[in-house]
Amino acid sequence: MNLGTLFEPRAMAVVGVSHTNDRHPANVVFNKNHLRYPVRVYPVNPYGGELQGEKVYGRVSDIPEPVDLAVIAVRAEQVPDVLSDCIHAGVGGATVISGGFAESGRKDLQDRLVALARESDFPFVGPNCLGIYSPEHVDTFFLPNERIVRPQPGGVAMVSQSGGILVDQMVKFAGEGVGMSRAVSIGNKALVRELDLLAYLVEDPETKVIAFYVEGFGRNEGREFVRAAGRSPKPVVVMKAGKSPGGSRAVTSHTASLGGDYKVFSEVLAQHGVVEAKNESELVSFCESLSCYRQGIEGRVGIISGSGGHGAMAVDVCAGHGLAVEPLTETVQNGMRESVSKSVRDIASFGNPIDLTGSAVDDDFVHAATILSRAAEVDCILLLLLPYLPGCTMDLGARLSQVHRREGKPMVAYVPHVEKYRMLIEGFELNNVPVSPSIEGAVLMVEAMRRCRPC
Amino acid sequence: MLNGEILDILSASREAGWVVEPEAKKLLALADLPVPKFGWAKKEDEAVRMAREIGYPVVAKVVSPAILHKSEWKGVAVGLDGDQALLGTYERFKRLEGFAGMLVEEMVPGLELIVGAKVDYQFGPVILLGIGGTGVEIYKDSALRMAPLQERDVRSMVRNLKARALLEGYRGAEPVNLADLTRLLLAFSRLMMELEGHVESLDLNPVKCSPEKCVVADARIMLMKSA
Repeated sequence: MNLGTLFEPRAMAVVGVSHTNDRHPANVVFNKNHLRYPVRVYPVNPYGGELQGEKVYGRVSDIPEPVDLAVIAVRAEQVPDVLSDCIHAGVGGATVISGGFAESGRKDLQDRLVALARESDFPFVGPNCLGIYSPEHVDTFFLPNERIVRPQPGGVAMVSQSGGILVDQMVKFAGEGVGMSRAVSIGNKALVRELDLLAYLVEDPETKVIAFYVEGFGRNEGREFVRAAGRSPKPVVVMKAGKSPGGSRAVTSHTASLGGDYKVFSEVLAQHGVVEAKNESELVSFCESLSCYRQGIEGRVGIISGSGGHGAMAVDVCAGHGLAVEPLTETVQNGMRESVSKSVRDIASFGNPIDLTGSAVDDDFVHAATILSRAAEVDCILLLLLPYLPGCTMDLGARLSQVHRREGKPMVAYVPHVEKYRMLIEGFELNNVPVSPSIEGAVLMVEAMRRCRPC
Repeated sequence: MLNGEILDILSASREAGWVVEPEAKKLLALADLPVPKFGWAKKEDEAVRMAREIGYPVVAKVVSPAILHKSEWKGVAVGLDGDQALLGTYERFKRLEGFAGMLVEEMVPGLELIVGAKVDYQFGPVILLGIGGTGVEIYKDSALRMAPLQERDVRSMVRNLKARALLEGYRGAEPVNLADLTRLLLAFSRLMMELEGHVESLDLNPVKCSPEKCVVADARIMLMKSA
């Protein structure tokens, strides 16, 4: 199944535009794309006429150039005809926005779409979905431009069974400065399913991390999914809904009783190095971290801070996540002690967490981070930076990022997120070092790397 | 791999929907899983002969297609140390519903684990390792992996148990035979891959694990309803 043209179409048809209702999903999609994206957009309605000065075509097959993507937003009963017309016209694929299929008892109608599409190897997303958002290429979400929040273009692709969760997650990604490459709402996932998109996104050069919101897989589909995700060179993050045991199915064995559906799901994901995000904030932190670092770690953390309290808090959070914060060897401690300024040498502690104290200056952080980067006993550095310390400047983010670039050890930072510290934060983020506005979030970024390897 | 004997056991149990313990043990032994010495006695004198052959003390369990949870019916007696205790137990079991004989079995020492499998709708055959015995659903200490298992999966399952220390040697106790446990789990995983389509779930509970060996002390095989 070739999904490429769905994400980067040159020409698209929007089927079902209304002459009377500007808020009709098809009109919203037409407005969003027409003259705003490089894609050429053709409105379609059987009555023809004009929309905003553009000719409205009666059928997709009337459009005078090859169409890569058809966005179908007509009544459910009309969708099979439109789909046939698209196939007949040689369209590359479709997103079916219309509802009224399996989700409301019309599985038969949905099966007809699938049969039509299968016969001609015609990919379609949906039905009952928002479709595809592909930054700088196309946006089939029927939500008006002024209402939605778009993250900047970046490395995270997200595939979601729920359109609402996807749009919400985009708001959260934008808030944390996490960039997105693709967003796909698959709705009833009648034909194009998680596995197809996983295969596409693994090959997609724009995508570095692949995130899924999943409610459930079909029979044995989870088995194929974890195998494919386990083989993926890109980190795969999955957030699952429906964790509580469903229904009252009689359970006759201890294994079935201990191994409920969700426990199986969760542990099988971990077995294959697929990162499970338990909630939305984990999803954001994991995606941010893994778009910078795709290799897994064991989780031996070195913490550098300018405050004893922050160090202690971070140790607690690490312990809660099963991450080790072990005392550093004498050699490493001594090396670090000698590298820092005289004024902090005797008052700082180097045991791990490393507390450089409120008297530390930029150089002290840079030296400590360099030595820790070369210490084999830790495989990740957690920086807790307090920009209000008098000796710290706004350069520190960029300087510490250089340490990471030079030494190669993964590094994540906590910096309080207020506007006046923006330059420090960007010094990290623009250099691909993830930053969190909370200690908990920064630890989750470390946790992401640890979960990214098979357990 | 499923040989004729295994298939015979499965089809003979279809009506009950599950495989009674002596038959389950026979099936496991055919699949190279270690089971204790046992016999299925259908008369008093058979029971005595088997117990003497195995050597007292022995365990006795009721065999009845109507009794799935033997403990709840007081259908298990351990540490029977002579003919008299054995025959007394036989008399008592005879009055239980669906009585079809008595399983006489070697006493096996060791930590009680559960090794289980089920066919998961989304993931197919999955294998469970946990703290077993009658308290299995109280402790709920278990790890699950998708079959077929690799050796590294077994190591990570042990590592993920809260009671891991009990297996690896706690306060001077010797660790259980982890190599044997690994062999058992791998053989079980192979069997489960073959049984997909025939069974719904399997409980080996307890598997008795000592520093010397790991042995399946009880087994329950629930068959697929439609199969």
